[in-house]
Amino acid sequence: MTTMTPPRPTAPLPTRATSGNALQQALTLAWRNVVKTRRQPEALMDVSLQPIIFTVLFVFVFGGAIAGDWRTYLTYLVPGILVQTLMFATGGIGVALNNDITKGVFDRFRSLPIARSAPLIGAVFADVVRYLTATVVLLAFTFALGFRTTQGLPAVVLAVAVGIGFAMCLSWVFVWIGLKVRSAGAVQGVGFLATFPLTFGSTALVQADTLPGWLQAFTKNNPVTHLIDTVRGLLLGGPVAEPLAWTAGWGALLLVVFVPLAMRAYRRRV
Amino acid sequence: MENNIEAEGLVLHYGSTRALDGVDLSAPAGTVLGVLGPNGAGKTTAVRVLATLLRADAGTARVAGHDVAREPQAVREQIGLTGQYASVDEDLTGRQNLVMIGRLLGFSRPEAHARATDLLARFSLTDAGGRPAKTYSGGMRRRLDLAASLVNRPKVLFLDEPTTGLDPRSRNEVWDTVRGLVDDGTTVLLTTQYLEEADELADDIVVFDAGKVVARGTSDELKHRTGAQTLTARPRDRRDSPVVLQVLEQVTGAVPTTDGRGTSSVPVPSEALLGAVLDQLTVRGVAVSELAVRLPSLDDVFFALTGSSTTPTPEASLA
Repeated sequence: MTTMTPPRPTAPLPTRATSGNALQQALTLAWRNVVKTRRQPEALMDVSLQPIIFTVLFVFVFGGAIAGDWRTYLTYLVPGILVQTLMFATGGIGVALNNDITKGVFDRFRSLPIARSAPLIGAVFADVVRYLTATVVLLAFTFALGFRTTQGLPAVVLAVAVGIGFAMCLSWVFVWIGLKVRSAGAVQGVGFLATFPLTFGSTALVQADTLPGWLQAFTKNNPVTHLIDTVRGLLLGGPVAEPLAWTAGWGALLLVVFVPLAMRAYRRRV
Repeated sequence: MENNIEAEGLVLHYGSTRALDGVDLSAPAGTVLGVLGPNGAGKTTAVRVLATLLRADAGTARVAGHDVAREPQAVREQIGLTGQYASVDEDLTGRQNLVMIGRLLGFSRPEAHARATDLLARFSLTDAGGRPAKTYSGGMRRRLDLAASLVNRPKVLFLDEPTTGLDPRSRNEVWDTVRGLVDDGTTVLLTTQYLEEADELADDIVVFDAGKVVARGTSDELKHRTGAQTLTARPRDRRDSPVVLQVLEQVTGAVPTTDGRGTSSVPVPSEALLGAVLDQLTVRGVAVSELAVRLPSLDDVFFALTGSSTTPTPEASLA
């Protein structure tokens, strides 16, 4: 039913969207979130300031104690802070979704003939803007402090891509929580409970062999550790293939478990 | 006539509360069905079931010829929904909201913009189209809500309390819009707490209370059904009041009352007694400035209907 005539008030409707157009619908909804962010740049404040604050705190407070001098520690720390920032940035999606539900925007979407998954996938896509902001701020700031990658630009790009890809998998956990929990404030609370042990109980800040045995067992099997090891390998050299495989496996597992859970919560949420 | 909305025996529980307790509804194509009821009567729940946002525990419903439970996507293609909950995005401009919905419905970018331009013009929002919706007045915001639910030219439009909180002028604008849509053949289900609104717009009215339909019919039918009519007479000369009272009592056999302005009134079973009263007053030489039989207002009906069933059940108090 495509016509070449310009649309007029009386023109027949264009072909209706069905689930087949889920991707286009998701991109439209991602566009919506990006427009909202552009209108309220302060929504990016957390992801722009957080990497700077964490870097300053860890490098200058702990750097000397942990690595002898802060410059050495900075090199070790950047991959860890990069991943940590991305992990913290994933929580925002739950708060945003919860707001959309409370304000009734999602009920409008649910009354439209669009793919059920589109609003959720759209929100996950839209957060790439947050992840990129955080990444660029962190790399620029640490570059200014003296951090240099040894592996070249393609490796940096790949490291960022892996980090953001994993963040997009992890964000489904928060999509699910955001749909399950009643208020936006509670989403944030639950989110921190999940991200803190995962990021601090990893190799982000210290090497695993400095930890007590029971914690080492957790840290070495922590998906965040695999991701950090991957990013560290890509930025500073070192084994990449094995941690990357683990990271991909964890990412896939998160999707397999939490995408259906989130979809089910979305369908049931009144 | 083909029914565009048809529901039979809808039941829905929220926990132990029966939000819908066997609701039947029908609205022929191109008509307005007014759903009237106090807060918590189940109006919104019924709309959410018909608009495929909620699934009923029992009963069936067809909207625009499709079963809401079995073919929800087909229903969604044909409906528009406006209510306090199905909202526009406040951070987006009016135009962006409409373009987004057009794009979601599969319009190309130019088509979505053209449709947005049409709708903004139709709802007198052309100048405001570039501003975020949160800067809109209540009336503008509601017009944008309406516009957003019309992007896909729905056959069936659900308006859940579309004028709650609006000033009289904005309310009249919404009413005019609804009338225009119905003239174009749209079927409208309208929930409201305002009896005046149902009176103005609805072809048929159903009255909800505690999840049940307690009455249905046209506005006139409802007024006829509940409560007696009232015959009122006011003599031109206040001093004739005793004669008027006497005549009223004699003709109707009931005891009339008089208000401070000298208007006497008495309940009557029908308009038929009006002639006899006029004859008697003429015989006695009493000139009247007012003589009428008044139907109860929809307010009277509403309170008679929902008030009579307020034996406080836990459902009623919870809902």
